[in-house]
Amino acid sequence: MISVDVSRRQGQFLVSAAFESDGGILALFGPSGSGKSSIIRLIAGLDRPDRGRIVLGGVVVADTDQRIFLPAHRRRVGVVFQESLLFPHLTVLANLRYGRHFTPRAERRIAEEPVIDTLGIGHLLQRHPATLSGGERQRVAIGRALLASPRLLLMDEPLASLDWDRRQEILPLIERLRDEFAIPILYVSHAVEEVARLASEVAVMEQGRIVRLGPARQVLHTGIGDSPDRFQITSVLEGRLGEPDKVYGLTPVEHPSGRLWLSGLIGPVGRTVHVVVRGVDVSLATERPRRLSIRTVLAAHIVDLVVTDGPTALAETELKDGTRLMVSLTRQAVDELALAVGRDVFVLIKSVAVDQRPI
Amino acid sequence: MLALSHDAWLAIGLSFKVSLVATLAALPVATLFALILARGNFPGKALFDGIIHLPLVLPPVVTGYALLLLMGRKGVIGAFLDRTFGIVFAFRWTGAALAAAVMAMPIIVRAIRLSIEAVDRRLEQASGTLGAGPVVTFFLVTLPLSLPGILVGGTLGFAKALGEFGATITFVSNIPGETRTIASAIYTASQSPDGDAEALILSGIAVAIGLGALIVSELMARWFRRSAT
Repeated sequence: MISVDVSRRQGQFLVSAAFESDGGILALFGPSGSGKSSIIRLIAGLDRPDRGRIVLGGVVVADTDQRIFLPAHRRRVGVVFQESLLFPHLTVLANLRYGRHFTPRAERRIAEEPVIDTLGIGHLLQRHPATLSGGERQRVAIGRALLASPRLLLMDEPLASLDWDRRQEILPLIERLRDEFAIPILYVSHAVEEVARLASEVAVMEQGRIVRLGPARQVLHTGIGDSPDRFQITSVLEGRLGEPDKVYGLTPVEHPSGRLWLSGLIGPVGRTVHVVVRGVDVSLATERPRRLSIRTVLAAHIVDLVVTDGPTALAETELKDGTRLMVSLTRQAVDELALAVGRDVFVLIKSVAVDQRPI
Repeated sequence: MLALSHDAWLAIGLSFKVSLVATLAALPVATLFALILARGNFPGKALFDGIIHLPLVLPPVVTGYALLLLMGRKGVIGAFLDRTFGIVFAFRWTGAALAAAVMAMPIIVRAIRLSIEAVDRRLEQASGTLGAGPVVTFFLVTLPLSLPGILVGGTLGFAKALGEFGATITFVSNIPGETRTIASAIYTASQSPDGDAEALILSGIAVAIGLGALIVSELMARWFRRSAT
């Protein structure tokens, strides 16, 4: 569907990236200044590549060899910017309908009502952008981009300017867009939690180039040696959502090694989710613990163990589906439990640690 | 009411007509110039900017004389317009409007240019990603958002056009009922032995109109600033 292979020099900074995506959400992930937004601008047609080729849904929108360059307004690529950029002189409804006028009738495949319903902005239609809250503005911006029925939706840090509550409100909406409107999305973010939750594929960018590319579960996993900071060590588990426990406000994620509990009611049942787990939020037990406050207990075995001269150690465990889960622990614990490579263990994850907090 | 001669009333009416036509004709041209100056990047931009602002610094007589040379019946452009379209500016009220428009141009361009420069270019880019081409984007986004500058510029330009004297009298002379505006009428009255009273009253009217326009434009600017936040 999307095929990108471009480079562009901006001053001293060279941005160069090549990737492909077959739909779903591909995330460009990396620290700010790594060139993610530059890639977005190249794909949207707001900047010209120095070299390269961009193909969207079979249409070559840029090719430096063939001297093809379609300007932004002829690409039909929707963009959701970090700062919404709603037209301040138009009502919400006029903003939402803006792109429709320029979409050929035959290509208007996304209807107004389901988008307005999904985004929950029906009560805002007659308001002006200046009177909206940040979260409302961003929802309208998403709707505006969608209603132009784009070939591809680019989202450039759409949640970065929002507070935590607003992010929690919009993240599930983006998941629903992905599922209900079957639109390929390129999602730019520096928040691992957003990327893990939304993306099926992840491209990690550093200093203008893609350093890792692949399924979210593999790419977001930070193994031994990837980071010196134990708070940065994370793993990604993939599982399916189960029936939420409404009484306690918990949602189970079914995993071959056991059941993970997430705080909050998340749906729909059966959907595949990615859960980011920090190494410091995981404990190990050599036998299945009883009478313990920790709700999530997964069976695993140790595949690698790094014991330093200092107080800390790092264990890499493998779950039944082959997922690697990193555990940060003390050297004392390694010795007292006689942990060693190959040993069967139980991995304990505090449910309150794996809700959808940004990490 | 005031003891004004028929000629004086004629001059007041003519001044309003000339200034209104001058302003309305100048606005689209000024908007285009302002857009070129705000968004264009081309060699000779400083020169282009200078030429537009020239009437602000030249003696008005020079501007009027230049108009006479260019747009007069025997002028390069004037002769062509006369031959092909039968349009004549020399010694007509339309010529007075042209002179007023040229003199008001720098003020109007300046106000609109500031307004266009204040429009967030990323809004135009957002419009592009939604499928709108550059021309449509200008009319749907840039122009409406520049409206404060256009209205303020128009009001100031109207006031400036009402006060125009030097270029007008040089270009189209001082013909009662045709090209004698308030300013020319004051000049005429002040030159005649018994015209002091009339010159004074007309001057008072000129002050009132000019001040009124300035206050209106300031109030508008303030109102736009407030509604923008």
